[in-house]
Formats: sequence, structure tokens, C-alpha cells
Amino acid sequence: MTDYQEYLDFLCSALESQNKKNIPLNENTALVADIGLSSLEVMEYIEKIEDHFDISIPLNILPDVNTIGELAHKVKELNL
Amino acid sequence: MLFDKFQDMADFQAELAQRQVTPFGAVTEKILSATEGIVEGRQVILAGTNNYLGLSYDPRCIKAAQDAAQQWGTGTTGSRLANGSFAEHQALESEIAAFYGLDHAIVFSTGYAATMGMCATLAGPGDVILMDADSHASIYSGVKQSGAEIIRFKHSNPEDLAKRMRRLGDRAGQALIIAEGIYSMLGDVAPLQEIAAIKREYGGYLLLDEAHSMGALGDTGRGAAQAAGVEADVDFTVGTFSKSLGSIGGFCVSRHAELEAIRFCISAYIFTASSSPSIIASTREALRIIGQEPERRTRLWDNANRLYQGLKSLGLAVGPTASPVVAVEMVDRSQTIDCWKALLEAGVYVNLVIPPASPSTNFLLRNSVSAAHSSEQIDTIIAAYAGLRDTGLLPVSQDS
Ligand SMILES: Cc1ncc(COP(=O)(O)O)c(C=O)c1O
Repeated sequence: MTDYQEYLDFLCSALESQNKKNIPLNENTALVADIGLSSLEVMEYIEKIEDHFDISIPLNILPDVNTIGELAHKVKELNL
Repeated sequence: MLFDKFQDMADFQAELAQRQVTPFGAVTEKILSATEGIVEGRQVILAGTNNYLGLSYDPRCIKAAQDAAQQWGTGTTGSRLANGSFAEHQALESEIAAFYGLDHAIVFSTGYAATMGMCATLAGPGDVILMDADSHASIYSGVKQSGAEIIRFKHSNPEDLAKRMRRLGDRAGQALIIAEGIYSMLGDVAPLQEIAAIKREYGGYLLLDEAHSMGALGDTGRGAAQAAGVEADVDFTVGTFSKSLGSIGGFCVSRHAELEAIRFCISAYIFTASSSPSIIASTREALRIIGQEPERRTRLWDNANRLYQGLKSLGLAVGPTASPVVAVEMVDRSQTIDCWKALLEAGVYVNLVIPPASPSTNFLLRNSVSAAHSSEQIDTIIAAYAGLRDTGLLPVSQDS
């Protein structure tokens, strides 16, 4: 079983190519408010994560997710 | 502030007003025929109406509506579950079921209510929905209400659907897959043979929205599933009376007898008044006509091919294949608005589509073709686009 830190590390590295403002990425970085991802970019990012862990991330969880850390927790739960 | 979130829209509307252009809610002052009207003071060819078979102005449908209004009055003033089920509604339910060769049908007050209501009700908490990412707003709105787990697959991408079905493991057998026949914005048709094959492999249920394909596709006009030869794999077909049938209302048909119980669980069916009898009567007449006049479908496709080839040969960015919906994709919002206005001034009304109604960040000049268009009208539409291209208003695509 992967622990939270490993999820977080992957989620940060997967986001580098979309980090146009080159801001430091950590668990408190907000996907939309800080990085400025559009909704299409969020979907591209989600897909990368889905393919890496071979899971589907349901739309329902997205309203509760603002930061990379929050997403890492959700992905960890889904991948159990 | 409660209203802050509307500021962008208010600004956009102000910009349109300042440019003296009214793409959203342009007023039709007069209807002259199924394909011509006076819009914003100008006589135009209607090339953005979804009136695929040209039945909105058919004298037989008008007569049926008139007679029904005379006999039944102007409205039912109640829900189908209370006082709003007239013999007309029941007859239409039998006829739409028979049209599809199935035993069970529900008639709704709008297509939106049919799609939204079925998507909201079929799957519930604990269930899982796999929906095409480019689904219509009525599908999104329904699945959100359902309480089910919602997973999107890439638009018309069977590999992505199969991958997500596989990921569901044992739950795949209970999943509800949702797709459309012809997609309303770009006119592309779902790969239904592949989707049906995936359903056969993994199990699950398939709900298909044939809003834009009923009447337009299939040997007898049942839609994209009939054209693809996969009707047996479709569990629930939803559709609308507001496009090929030229009236308003929606339906769901199914081979599952459970539909009769589901009927009593759909809020969008229970808590709204049923259609007025005149609407039901004209819909019944239109359904009869499309069964008897398959040549309308031939004319629709002749016109669709003519418009598609015409716009394509101008070098415009149209979709990959001809379809009753022919959309020109544009990147720049301001330029799209200018084109829309210039088309209207040239005597052609089309739909202007902006994100998120368009499936990407692109803007669309969306044309829909009718069997009632004459070849000359189609040529006039093409000539209007050629005019835009020649004045440099309309960009041509790279590969032309
Ligand atoms: C795919 C799809 N489903 C449902 C609807 C709703 O139908 P109606 O406009 O008849 O309510 C539409 C059309 O607007 C549609 O394009």
C-alpha cells in the first residue's frame, strides 16, 4: 500500500508540466486559485493521475478538492 | 455577494448590446415557413432550428393541434400523476413504443425533462454512471441529482470506456452507461457498435439520448442505434419531440417492464404539468408522418451533404463527416460574433455557440439542416459563408 507522501509526490510531479507560473508545489497549493488551471486543464491532470494508478476518479469528489493535498487524500482512498 | 458570479455574463451581454448584436435570444418576429422567417427585422433562411424534417409548419400537424385544442382545451392544468393524463397522452405513449417496437414508453413535458429525469432516477446512491464527457446539459443535470458515482469517459472513445469498465471490476455489471446518438453541437455520431460491444463484454445498462438522431438516422427513423444495428443493446432510449417532430415534449422507451414502476419515481415527470393536448396531437401526427414519408430523411441527408461539402470546400473548419448538424469551429470569440452578425445581415440565421455549450474552448457557428430546405436555400447559406471568407471575416483551416 502506498502512503500519502508517495501520492503527494506523484501528484506534484505530474503537475509540473502544467505549472505555467512555476510556483512551488506542495500539499497546500490550490489547483485553480494558485496554479490557475482551467477546467479543461484540471480534467487533463485528473486523467494523468487516473492512468498512473489505473483508477477512475468520480466527478462527485471534485467539489471537495481545492489543493493538491486534498486530491492526494482522495486518490489514496480510491486506490485502497 | 450573491450576484458577483453573474458579473462576467453581465459584462458579456453589455458588450453584445454595445456591438448591437443579439445572438442569444434573437427575436423571430414572424415565421413564413419551416425554413424562413423574419428575425430581428430581417427576412432570413432559418439554418439553426433543429427542425430536421421540416414538420413544425406542416398543415396536417397544425390541423391536428387545432382540433385537439377545440376538443380538449388549451392545457391539462395538472401532472400526469393527477389530472393530466388524457387519452391523447396515453395514445402517444402507445404509438411511440410501437414506433420503437417496444412495450414501454413514458411521455414527458420536454426533452430536457425526459433526459434529466431518467438520468436522475435510474441510478442512485451506491450505483455508478459512466457518461460521455461531452454530454448534453440535461444529462449532466440529471446525473448530478442522481446521487450515483459519476465517471466520465472521453468523448466517443470506446477504449477509454472499456478501460473504465475494467477498472470497475464487479461493479461494471450494474453500471449505467450514457451516450447520445448524434451529438448536438458538432453533429458527430457516437461509435455505438463499439459501445454496445463493450456493454456485451462487461455488462451494465445503456441509456441513449437520440434527441438529434431520431427521425434523422435509421431505416425507419428510430435513430443512431437503429442505423448501427445495435438496438437490442440499448436499455433505455430517450428523445425529444422538439426537433424532428417539430413540437415539444420528450420520451423514454424501453424493453424493461420496470419502466412502469420507474415512471412513478421521476420528479421531472411527477411534479410538472403534462403537455397540452394540442402539442400531443401534433406530435402524434408528426410521428405518423415520419413513418409514412421516409423521403423526408433522404432530403435531409441530401441537404446535409450539400451544406457540408459546400462549407468544407470553402476551407472552413467543419467536422469530420456530413451530418444534419454542420458546425464551423472558430477560435476567436469576437470574430465569431462578427460572423454571426454578418450572416444574419446576409439573410441567414445560424446558432452562435460559446463554451461551455460548445465541447471545447472553441466557438461555433452551428448550422442545422432541414428536409424542408431547398437546394437553392442551401446554396444561399454556402454563398453567405463564402462572403464572410472573402471579406476576411472567417478564417480558413490549414488543410484546405
Ligand atoms: C442531447 C439532448 N438531449 C436533450 C435535449 C433537450 O430537449 P428539449 O430541448 O426538447 O427539451 C436536447 C436539446 O436541447 C439535446 O440536444
